[in-house]
Amino acid sequence: MHNLFDIRRIIGALFVVYGIILTITGFVDDKAAIQKALGVRINLWVGIGMLILGVGFLIWERLRPVTLEFQEEVDTSTFGPPPSGHDETPSSRDTE
Amino acid sequence: MIALQPAQDLRLDAGVLDYVILALYFLVVLGIGWMARRAVRTSLDFFLSGRALPAWITGLAFMSANLGAIEILGMAANGAQYGIMTVHYYWIGAVPAMVFLGIVMMPFYYRSKVHSVPEFMRRRFNGATQLLNAITFAVAQILIAGINLYALGLVMEGLLGWPLWVSILVAAAIVLGYITLGGLSSAIYNEVMQFFVIVAGLVPVVVLGLIKVGGWSGLMSKVPEKMLHTWQNTGTSDNPLGANWIGIVLGLGFILSFGYWTTNFAEVQRALSARNTNAARLTPIVAAYPKLFIPILTIIPGLVALLLFDNLGKSGGPDYNDAIPLLMNQFLPNGVLGIAITGLLASFMAGMAANISGFNTVFTYDIWRAHINGDHPDEWYVRLGRLATIGGVAGGIGTAFIAAGFSNIMNYLQALFSFFNAPLFATFIIGLFWKRMTAWAGFWGLLSGTLAAFAVYIGYKSDVFGFGTDLNASFVGAGTAFVVDAIVSVVVTLATTPKPESELRGLVYGLTDTTIRDDALAGDAAWYRSPLVLGAGALVLAAAFYIPFL
Repeated sequence: MHNLFDIRRIIGALFVVYGIILTITGFVDDKAAIQKALGVRINLWVGIGMLILGVGFLIWERLRPVTLEFQEEVDTSTFGPPPSGHDETPSSRDTE
Repeated sequence: MIALQPAQDLRLDAGVLDYVILALYFLVVLGIGWMARRAVRTSLDFFLSGRALPAWITGLAFMSANLGAIEILGMAANGAQYGIMTVHYYWIGAVPAMVFLGIVMMPFYYRSKVHSVPEFMRRRFNGATQLLNAITFAVAQILIAGINLYALGLVMEGLLGWPLWVSILVAAAIVLGYITLGGLSSAIYNEVMQFFVIVAGLVPVVVLGLIKVGGWSGLMSKVPEKMLHTWQNTGTSDNPLGANWIGIVLGLGFILSFGYWTTNFAEVQRALSARNTNAARLTPIVAAYPKLFIPILTIIPGLVALLLFDNLGKSGGPDYNDAIPLLMNQFLPNGVLGIAITGLLASFMAGMAANISGFNTVFTYDIWRAHINGDHPDEWYVRLGRLATIGGVAGGIGTAFIAAGFSNIMNYLQALFSFFNAPLFATFIIGLFWKRMTAWAGFWGLLSGTLAAFAVYIGYKSDVFGFGTDLNASFVGAGTAFVVDAIVSVVVTLATTPKPESELRGLVYGLTDTTIRDDALAGDAAWYRSPLVLGAGALVLAAAFYIPFL
């Protein structure tokens, strides 16, 4: 069961929306905006960064959901160490 | 050569796009609060009371509860004022205490199932100690809420150009509306979300600031040499911080920092929702790793602002507090500017909401129900809590004007910590390790320690004592409070009768409560879930980070 209120889903969605807004702004920024940021298209770069982070959160939430049920869990050690540093993420999958 | 320029006008040049970004954020936060009321399982259950969360979530919440905008603006102010020495607040003034909290103290908090620190004081000592602690806590929360409100008012002043007092009143009305509309559940989400948004807004400030001053090497060559060291000249007070190594190690690194991290319930509470003792112990340790790197986002902008604005912190120029807003205005075009403004506003609101809800809980339950009248039905206390919220916001308006009198809000905050956290930490730590310590020793120790810190502060302000800098005064105040508290605690203990061991089980080191079963999960034995291994790793990194800046 996916939790609608999972903080990763909310941050992920917010960052994807912000990322899209900033990326578009970055493409259409006028000279003054670019000059203010010392010649860097900062809206574009920050937009892309936020987009990647947002998508990352959404994928993470998809792959390793946290549910309220896992209290009754289960031997997590049978899964071995998780692949990508998110060691503390419990899995709701059944052990069997 | 960079052209130095006077910075006078802090009017943020926000456009329609920035307001859209800001509005979007608050729609999401209030939307969560609204939806959570409809959900069967409320988000608050999910977040706090479930005791079901893995350490990465509670660690995230723990980190976010600390890294608000006050912390960020205040540490940038310190960066501009004291230079690289500001890293002491992180590498010696936070990380060791966070590791200690996780390894030593957390099992007592988690397993005793208390809802607040005053309640822990009641169980370890007595009702009088609970009441004293609850009152000082409530006062501290209102004073800190004032700092948040003042900071919120500053940003609104910069956005809209209103006079500060109008901004403070309007900001207070907004916060009250936001707490009432969104409820506590949205406040908790806001707290975690603001952290990510504020970081997204700060990274471009750091990058563009570094480009402006010629990169890292440019920064290092232009900042005055004496501001680039951390331990040089700490044999005396002849350094930017005005504190010698004893003040730094004992005052900041031990008393102030251990006092803040180990007894600050806004922080500790986040770990109490962890799924088991091991996850609760890991919570502050997981948060210590990002804490190691936060100086990049605070001290660098402070130093860049020092180089760019020649009147920063001087009379007639902007306060050190303004370092980051000034840089935002200087470099960020509309769009990213909106992100940064949203991060700041969200952060002050989250901070103030946390202060007000802390005040409201302690006032309602630890003061009123425990000591004034405990016979009413639950709904009565809920109503009292609502009144306390309004009273708390009103009190915050008053204390916002006190905060406005300090040019560096972080120094003011440290002074408050020396009054409230340093004696509390002394009482706590002695009570934890010395089972003979009596109930009344808890009360008198706490009272005398708090009064001693006040006395030092008043003596400093009226020029009876000369401590050089405000910060050094806080270090000495905290040290005095700790020592006085400890001496009084020992003397009173020897004159009174200790509590029987049966009442102290689970509250004192060495007296394990055998009724609690071991709640370890199978995966907890792995090295990457060991509080000792991860804690030692954080300490080694903190020490290693000092090497380039000795």
